[in-house]
Amino acid sequence: MIASVPMEHGLILAAILFALGLVGVIVRRNIVFMLMGVEIMLNAVGVAFVVAGARWGQVDGQVLFIFILTMAAAEVSVGLALVLQLYHSFRTLDADAASRMKG
Amino acid sequence: MLNLLFLIPVIPFAGFLVLALLGRRLSNASIAFVGVGSVGMSALLSVSMAIDFMTNPPAGRAFTQTLWTWMRAGSFTPTISFTLDALSLVMMLVVTIVGFFIHLYSSEFMQDEDGYSRFFAFMNLFVGSMLTLVLADNLLLLYLGWEGVGLCSYLLIGFWYRDASNGQAARKAFIVTRIGDTSMAVGLLFLFTHLGTLNIQDLMQSARNQWASGSPTAVLAAALLLGGALGKSAQLPLQVWLPDAMAGPTPVSALIHAATMVTAGVYLVARTHVLFTLAPAVQSVVALIGAATLLLAAFSALAQNDIKRVLAYSTVSQIGYMFLALGVGAWSAAIFHLMTHAFFKALLFLGAGAVILAQHHEHDMFKMGGLWKRLPITFWTFLIGASSLSALPLVTAGFYSKDLILWHAWSSAEGSKGLWAAGLLGAFITPIYAFRMVFITFLGEEKMAVSHKPGTRMAVPLLILGLLSIIGGFVEPPETLGNLRPFSSFMQSVFPEEGVALPARESAEMILQVIASLVSIGGIFIAYLLFLRKPLYAKTLSKTPGCSILQRFWFSGWGFDWLYDTIFVRPFIWLTRTTKDDFFDFGYTGIASLTRMAHGLLIKTQTGNIRWYAIGIAVGAVVFLGIVIF
Amino acid sequence: MILAWLIIIPLIGGLAAWSLDRNNSAAARWISLASLVADGFLLLSLWSASSAPFALERGAWLVEHSRTWIPQLGISIHLATDGLSLLLMTLTIFLGIASVICSWTEIRERVGFFHFNLLWILAGILGVFTALDLFLFYFFWELMLVPMYFIINIWGHENRVYASLKFFIFTQAGGLFMLLSILGLYFVHGRNTGIYTFDYTLLLGTSLSPTAAMWLMLGFIIAFAVKLPAVPFHPWLPDAHTEAPTAGSVILAGLLLKTGAYGLIRFVLPLFPGAAASLAPTAMVIADIGIIYGAVCAFGQTDLKRLVAYTSVSHMGFVLLGIFAGNLHSLTGAVIQMLAHGVSTGALFIIVGMIQERIHTRELDRMGGFWAVVPRLSGVGLVFALASLGLPGLGNFVAEFLVLLGSYRVNAAITVLAATGLVLSAIYSLWIVQRAFHGAVKEGMRMPDLSIRETGMMTVLIIAIFWIGLRPQPLLNACGPALDGILHGVSSVQTTERGYTK
Repeated sequence: MIASVPMEHGLILAAILFALGLVGVIVRRNIVFMLMGVEIMLNAVGVAFVVAGARWGQVDGQVLFIFILTMAAAEVSVGLALVLQLYHSFRTLDADAASRMKG
Repeated sequence: MLNLLFLIPVIPFAGFLVLALLGRRLSNASIAFVGVGSVGMSALLSVSMAIDFMTNPPAGRAFTQTLWTWMRAGSFTPTISFTLDALSLVMMLVVTIVGFFIHLYSSEFMQDEDGYSRFFAFMNLFVGSMLTLVLADNLLLLYLGWEGVGLCSYLLIGFWYRDASNGQAARKAFIVTRIGDTSMAVGLLFLFTHLGTLNIQDLMQSARNQWASGSPTAVLAAALLLGGALGKSAQLPLQVWLPDAMAGPTPVSALIHAATMVTAGVYLVARTHVLFTLAPAVQSVVALIGAATLLLAAFSALAQNDIKRVLAYSTVSQIGYMFLALGVGAWSAAIFHLMTHAFFKALLFLGAGAVILAQHHEHDMFKMGGLWKRLPITFWTFLIGASSLSALPLVTAGFYSKDLILWHAWSSAEGSKGLWAAGLLGAFITPIYAFRMVFITFLGEEKMAVSHKPGTRMAVPLLILGLLSIIGGFVEPPETLGNLRPFSSFMQSVFPEEGVALPARESAEMILQVIASLVSIGGIFIAYLLFLRKPLYAKTLSKTPGCSILQRFWFSGWGFDWLYDTIFVRPFIWLTRTTKDDFFDFGYTGIASLTRMAHGLLIKTQTGNIRWYAIGIAVGAVVFLGIVIF
Repeated sequence: MILAWLIIIPLIGGLAAWSLDRNNSAAARWISLASLVADGFLLLSLWSASSAPFALERGAWLVEHSRTWIPQLGISIHLATDGLSLLLMTLTIFLGIASVICSWTEIRERVGFFHFNLLWILAGILGVFTALDLFLFYFFWELMLVPMYFIINIWGHENRVYASLKFFIFTQAGGLFMLLSILGLYFVHGRNTGIYTFDYTLLLGTSLSPTAAMWLMLGFIIAFAVKLPAVPFHPWLPDAHTEAPTAGSVILAGLLLKTGAYGLIRFVLPLFPGAAASLAPTAMVIADIGIIYGAVCAFGQTDLKRLVAYTSVSHMGFVLLGIFAGNLHSLTGAVIQMLAHGVSTGALFIIVGMIQERIHTRELDRMGGFWAVVPRLSGVGLVFALASLGLPGLGNFVAEFLVLLGSYRVNAAITVLAATGLVLSAIYSLWIVQRAFHGAVKEGMRMPDLSIRETGMMTVLIIAIFWIGLRPQPLLNACGPALDGILHGVSSVQTTERGYTK
């Protein structure tokens, strides 16, 4: 069954997801949405890895995806903490408000 | 006895050291004792050495004493050593004896001035350097003395340093002569490179052996040395510094700018005369320069009001005669005139100094008058000096030396009628300006009270120099008057080429002598007419437009100052102004500001806006991928 | 080992001076003076050693000291001295002592750290003059640089930050080019022979293709030309000299500039004889430009210290000319010029420092008539102004004349042009005399004349400059064999190389 989905489809999906995430990061000003965009991009990359792993019959793809997963978890926790701090300081979730390196 | 030769320059140097180090703590009397005494001791030593030298001459008629090797680098081994031969003996005597009397005179002349010890320190340093110059046995040591006297001249012209214009005159003197000196230094390099030594005797020997007459190397060597001589002796085109040098105290003018230093150029040419005989082209240039300078300066002397400037131009003119003599190969005549000129010109300057001191430091002759009653010694000695300068026939030293030069200009192989005529014209103008000075200053009506009469220390030098200005010529009576010629036969050992080649003297000489005598007396008579008998003539003459333009032109020394100012001084100052901020630095500040500009551009991208960065990354990634793929 | 001690003593002395600073600042001064005097005695023992420098064979070392440092990379601690190095080390200690003495009252803040920097610079300079391992040489080269940066930056005058940064960037950039060349030489030699080493004596015979030699040499030359300085690498110099404290200026002018010249003589000529010979005409022209341009710029300045700084550019032009004229006369002249310029310009900077300490300005417009106010200071100033214009009897004349004598044989036109520098030097030197010492006394001008400490120091300097001018023979004898060796090496390698290119 796995073999029936062509690799190109998987990669296109990954690319679309990645583009959506990137657009999200660039376009949204709300930092929570930007974080979500980053997550989508990470997962898009994960999809690409898995697809490639399946294509070559290697387990490395899945292994890397698990790495990404853990890293994403860590990133999200740090990111959310930053979001809280940002909100605490600026009373807003607008990322542009934090464009200066002053507290 | 001759082994004490080194003491002659060393004693004045020691005097300088004592005065420079301790001068401020000494009383004026002890300063004068050290300053005058050191030169006096040198003079005594010189005289006794001269007697020794003449009574039992050393082998080869030259004595060399080596003190130490100055520097030895490869084949270059100049030494600190002194040579005494006939030429340097004469120079040494002139420097020490005239120098001594001028020192004696200054001890009274300068006594009310600030910096009494400084004055004598510099004067002693000068005498020491001048003696080094004339006694040096190699050109490098000669150059040391040469620059040393230039330095002392600088320091003493600027003696009254508080007035910036004196400093200006001093700097002008040093820098103009330095231009000549540099040419001379290059000449030294040239000579060493081609002949492998700087020892004068060896140089002359190998030049005689290796260079053909008129060869380009000989011409170049002689021309380069001549450059130095022109600067030091204030000859065209480097004559501009001497009139301004009169800013110094009058004894300085007498010693440095009349009797000794300015004649160093004549000495140099005579010393290296072998090079000049090998380069006939340069030698005729020497004669031409001499003739041109003597006329130019004589006309300028006519137009001056400042008594010292008259004397200054007259010095330039008389040195012109010496160059004329050198140019026609009359070496010993040049040295003879150098000697008599040292006597009478020093006398004239000292007399002028006495006048100036008596007239509240006034230099303008037209504000003086009738001084002969008040300053009799000064008047009579000054009159002797002026007569000697005017070459009054038979009784003055100047007559014998100048006559010898004119005779050589006429008769020697290198001479010509034109040169003789130039010399004769000069001999006609000389008495006019000399007696113009005498008549205006000492005769006529009194205009200013006399404030200081010369005491013994000023009077004695005047009298002795007056005596020398009369009898100094008898060492070389012309052939028409006894044919003894002791001076040139004494010089024979240094100038062996001379005398042999001279054409036989005959009635032509007698005629020329009579002409020269008439010209001299005629000049005095014209001066008498214009400036004593009918001063109105002079006034109306100077009011005619042509004359007044000429007078202004001559007064300014033929506009040389203006010319040099326009072509050299102003552009140089403009150049230094423009490069003040170092024009190479612009390159580096340019790089620095480019870097700063790039920094300014890049800093604009650092907005702090996280989405802007994200776009940047995305675009960058796309571009990179594009490059990698395509 | 004596050479190592020569360098170690100032290093330790510097640390001691710094650490003692808290208790009293006089201790720091005395310690640095004592360590320099101790160094002086070590040098004396070298001078009086049984094989004194004048008795050396051509190109032999007087003392040599070698031990491994990083053998894996072929780096060793190889120190040696011949007459040339010994002369320059003597100058270093001499001017080092002078600069400690002249900053005795001038430096009042952070005295210990000041003397630490001073001594470390001197250690670096001594190292540069003795190192025979190129890596070690580079190490000492950089060691001079950083403390000098601090000295200008901390104790300098108004514009010190700019000046120190400019100094640092120029010399550092030049040094990096040299590092590249050192590495290049290292690898070329390693590839040719299989021996990877930084040792100078081993690298001497490295055979290089003419292009490679030219490029490697240019790296060295840039570093040395910046230090020398040669036009157009000089703009750091007026700023650094002007802004540095007196001791800094003395060391900069008297010693740091000499390291550039030393490098040219010790490394460039022997390592790249062929390339040096082919670059010589260009270098001589550059030297001429330096002589004339430096003199012209000097005359244009209104800041006395800056004026003196530009005279260094002019004087060091003679050194460059002498080195690249490449014969015994000119090289000897260059070495004597290094010594004479060290003494005379060092003394001039000390005089400017004294004036500034007294009237708090360096502007010529605000000086004048010092002769009446401070006769002793003015007399000393006059002597050194005259030395700077090359008056015979003083040191610079001997040097300049020998340089010109040597270069005349090589190229008469360039030499004549250089000789015009004699006229220009008269112009600026007399300008100093006129503006500072002569002229009318400025109103309210009052200051103390030289103290005993200052008089003593200036007396020694005056004796030194007269000695160089009148009896330079011991100095010539000392550097003669070394220069002869370098020239001999030059000529022998040159002939083989000519064969190689054919």
